[in-house]
Parts: sequence; C-alpha cells; structure tokens
Amino acid sequence: MAIFLTKESKVLVQGMTGAEGMKHTRRMLEAGTDVVGGVNPRKAGQGVDFDGRAVPVFGSVADGIAATGADVTVVFVPPPFAKAAVLEAVDAGIGLAVVITEGIPVHDAVVFQAYAGKSDTRIIGPNCPGLISPGQSNAGIIPADIATKPGKIGLVSKSGTLTYQLMYELREIGFSSAVGIGGDPVVGTTHIDCLAAFEADPDTELIVLIGEIGGDAEERAAAYIADHVTKPVVGYIAGFTAPEGKTMGHAGAIVSGSSGTAEAKKKALEAVGVRVGSTPSETARLVLDRIAVTA
Amino acid sequence: MDLYEHQARDLFAEYGIAVPEAETVEFAREAALAAERLGGRVVVKAQVKTGGRGKAGGVKLAADPAAAELTARQILGMDIKGHTVVKVMLAQPVDIETEFYVSYVLDRAAGTFLAIASAEGGMEIEEVAATRPEAVARIPIDPAEGVTAAKAAEIAAAAALPPETAFVLQSLWQVLIKEDALLVEVNPLVRTTDGRILALDGKVTLDDNAQFRQSRWGDDQQDPGADPLEAAAAAKGLNYVKLDGEVGIIGNGAGLVMSTLDVVAGCGARPANFLDIGGGASAQVMADGLSVILSDPDVKSVFVNVFGGITACDAVAEGIVQALESVRLTKPLVVRLDGNSAARGRAILDDRAHPLVEQATTMDGAARQAAVLANAGQA
Repeated sequence: MAIFLTKESKVLVQGMTGAEGMKHTRRMLEAGTDVVGGVNPRKAGQGVDFDGRAVPVFGSVADGIAATGADVTVVFVPPPFAKAAVLEAVDAGIGLAVVITEGIPVHDAVVFQAYAGKSDTRIIGPNCPGLISPGQSNAGIIPADIATKPGKIGLVSKSGTLTYQLMYELREIGFSSAVGIGGDPVVGTTHIDCLAAFEADPDTELIVLIGEIGGDAEERAAAYIADHVTKPVVGYIAGFTAPEGKTMGHAGAIVSGSSGTAEAKKKALEAVGVRVGSTPSETARLVLDRIAVTA
Repeated sequence: MDLYEHQARDLFAEYGIAVPEAETVEFAREAALAAERLGGRVVVKAQVKTGGRGKAGGVKLAADPAAAELTARQILGMDIKGHTVVKVMLAQPVDIETEFYVSYVLDRAAGTFLAIASAEGGMEIEEVAATRPEAVARIPIDPAEGVTAAKAAEIAAAAALPPETAFVLQSLWQVLIKEDALLVEVNPLVRTTDGRILALDGKVTLDDNAQFRQSRWGDDQQDPGADPLEAAAAAKGLNYVKLDGEVGIIGNGAGLVMSTLDVVAGCGARPANFLDIGGGASAQVMADGLSVILSDPDVKSVFVNVFGGITACDAVAEGIVQALESVRLTKPLVVRLDGNSAARGRAILDDRAHPLVEQATTMDGAARQAAVLANAGQA
C-alpha cells in the first residue's frame, strides 16, 4: 500500500510537451509510473516517443480520462495558465491533481482550491515536488533514485530538497510514500491530510513530518496528532534563524509579527510527544532509533 | 511586496475610497511649499515599510509650512527598525470622531480571504483581538462570490461599524482582487466630526507571483530603502536575504537553505544571508551568488550546501570552478555535495585543488567547519 498514489494509478501530464514536462515525464516513466497521456489542446492527436514508449497527447483532460481511465494528473503548466488547467482537471473529474508549477498567483490558487473543495478532486501543491510511492509510481519531480526501496516510513513535507535529504538519509529503511505538499501560502493537501492517510495505511509504521516557518499548518498538525495519530511521528522544522517579515525562498515561508515562527511549531509538536530533530541528520537518527525500537 | 503608505493611499483614492489630501516629498525644502498647498497645518509621516513609526517619532504634527520643513528635516534620514526614511508624506489633519479597523487578509489554513473588522480602530488589531476578541469580527469571503453589497453590510453589522462603511468594504475588496493583493488594511478608517468616512492610514501587500499581469508597480521595484546587497542580488535575479552574521550561505531549495542557516547557527556562528540558487542552477547563477556574498564585508567564510535532486552536483562543481575564474576568492569556502552525481562533483573540486576551497561529506560537518573558519576569521 501507499497513500494517494499506487502502481494502479494512471497518470496524465498537463504541459507534457513543454521542456519541464518532457524532462519529468521521461523520469516518471523510468521510475515505473504508468503515464498514459499528455494534455495539450494544440497538439491533440499527436504522440511523443519516450525511448520507444509512445505516449499519446489529448486535447483535454476529459478526453484523456475517457480514452485511458486516468485518475491522476500532474500539472506543469506555466503560472498564467495554471488556474485554467487545474479547473479543467477538476471539471473532468480527476481524482488527484498534482500541481508542480511554482509562481501561481495566490488569488488563482484560492479560486481553484475552493473549486476543488466542492468536488471529489484532491489537489497536491502548488509549488510542490509531487509525491512518490517507491517501487510503485512517481507523480512529479522527486528523483526516484534517491530512495528506491518501498518501506515503512511515510513522509510529508513543505520542502522539496529537505524531502530529498531525508529520503537519502533513510533510504535503507525505505518509504511507503513521500508527499511534498508545497511551499505556497495556500496548498490543497495539508500535513493533516497526509497524517490521516498514513495513520490509515497499514504499510506505514512511522511518519516523518517536515515543516517550515509561515502559517500555522504545523501547529494544526500537532493538535491533530494528539487526537488522531497512534503511529510514532518524528518532526523537523526549518527557519529558526529567519528574520521577521522576510520571505525565505518559498512564497509561504514568512514570519509575520510573532506568528509562524519555527520555535512555536517545534514547541507545539513536542508538546504532543513528537520528537523534533535539530538538523536533518539528527532527525534521520531519531527515526532510526524509533524504527530500531519498534522492529 | 509591501507598498508605502502614500502608494496605498493613492490606490485607495483610485478605487473611490476617500482619503485625506496629501503630498509626498523626498527633500525637506519641498515640504514647506507642499504644506502651504495643503493649507499650512499638516501631519508629517515617515514613509517606511514597517510598523511602529509613531512610537519611533516618525509621525508629527506641524503647525505651519516652516514647521513642516523643520519636521521633515528631522524625520528624513531617520532609522526606524532598520529602515531608512527616504520620503515623507504630508497630509491634511482631520478631526476624528470615531476610529475603525477594516482589512482583508489571507487565511492560509482555510485557503480563503477573511474580512476582519472592528469598531475599535487605531490600535494594533492583534492587541484588540488578544484583549477583547468579541470586538473583532472575522468573516470568510467565498472567492466565487466576492464582497457583494449584502456581504459588505453583513461585515459592517458584525463589527458594529456604521452602515456607510459598507462602500469602503466593497471598494477595498476590488483593490484586493484587481491589484492581486495579499493584504489590504485600513487602520484607522475614521468618521470625521463633519460625518465623512476617510481612510487615514493603509497597508497593502501585493503578490509577487502576480507581477506578470500587474505592471503598475514595476518601476518601483528598486526600493531606495532596501539593503544594497539585497538590491544587487535582486538585480541579478537571485533569491537572497541579507542577515546579520558572518557565514555566507549558498544552497539549493528554500527548505534546505533555511535548514542550513539553522545548522550553522547551531554550530556557534551566525549566517550572513539566505541564498537559494534553486533547482538546476547554472554556473552563472553560482558565480553571481558567490560574487554577491563575497562583496559582503561581514562574511568571513562561505558554506555551499547542495543536495542534488534534479540538480546534478557535477554541474554545481563546474559552476564553482567557473566562478573561481571570474570571482577572486578571498575567503574560505566549504562545500558539501551530496545526492545526484556527488562523486563526480567532488572529483571536479579535488582536481581544481583551490587552496581556499575545502570539502566536507556531511551537512553537519560542513556547517561546523564553516563556523570554525568564520570565527577564526573574526579573531
């Protein structure tokens, strides 16, 4: 098992024929993802050859679903057109839309998140690396060769590179799924959604939660853990040295006044029994300690 | 991007919200004439993108044009929480009967905008919310509907604001939507003794991600109050934030770079900056980043921390080698490469064998070494 994405997932790529879309579709195919088609209204009916595998291009998400039974879409569409692409995917009834695009205006994200909220579509992102269920499928840009082994750790993170770092350090244990939820102020799938899914997933024995400054998603996650999560959770928070009022790379990574600080997030997690590492490597060691205990 | 108060004022006026008559000047000698045009008696207000200017002495009443010039001279050049005052706004004073608070803010957890309103304006809204939460109305706005006349009336009623503020609430929502703002705040919104509703002070934060469709503020990107290193980095398109320490930091990915700052701080040194070169960084980006960091006189050592996901470490190493051609390295550089093509990347740096470049195999070890070098450089 895994969460949100399995080897049965049939994946469309919106924006597949662009440079980023081409590069990452090839990587997804190499990782074993069942990419069943691309979407580009101007190239409908054409096909793209990826090392001998022909992937058809559909004129719309709806056409792609009708022809292939796709249930996941990965969105690489540039910011000015991303809102329309996501709304189209929701209207087509896709189960999961993974929005990789960085730089989508917040007002656009607010509109498509609210729209998806009234539908059955789950959105991951935007401004995220996507998710991977090692050995099964990879939807997004997480390099699959960092940790190829399926395993018992479930990981949820706002940050792409911290996901890679922790996956690398824990590659011997392996992952059920690793989900990059994105660094924008408004994201579809939250830490809490992933905690709930990992709690319900029989293959996941331990959850790694990576957060960063800005907002109160980690504090909310802590409250959720206290009431709903029985599996051990190990945390890491980035941004203790971030000054107030400065955006640190991610659009959502900003301490406003006294809210959104790393210290408050760490305290909230520790108060509910989550061990929080002071560096990524120490976080990995905390995981190894727990796994050793539970093994 | 935050706007200056005078820019927010102009924006409000453009959307039909009444504001006091005002002029903005950069030189004290212009203040007397401006004050005269405004009727003589004016409020002189420092234009800085930070709160607490009143307490810092950045807002003062001047009785006549001569006093306005004198006051402007005192306030211009003042440092308010690290921001240098480079312009002042002179505004006609108004006779206030009542002060209110209204804003639209992003509720990140709910993924929607929230109207916040209170009949107790003029103070920090966080203070009001903490001491008298019942005095602050918080109403979520459905993005599909926006703020209709009925919604505006609902917000005003919930906060016990007079009904004539509903127009301001609707206009302010238009500012938020049409300008791609993440925050619009009027504090205070006032009723004057002669019954007018005026926006006396405002704050607007625009969404940097929407610049491609918002050309209005494009000319104002060069903020004269900004840090010169941040301005130089911005001109090169680098994602850079200046900090107070002595270890220069370059890394890939916002999360990993924030983490790198923390780990360096945990080793007893202070990070000098945040710099994210992003995914798939080129040699040019590395050279640009290094040149900005090396031009910071506070920097005593530099830590390059890259975990190659999509970014290949051999390309990063090539970038460092190329940067060493164009930038004269004057401070020690500690490099940690891991992940994609790390072995090839390390070999490239070994071959270059620059005396000031050393490699470490772990992030924690590299941070310790960079901290030691920075502290030695300070001694």
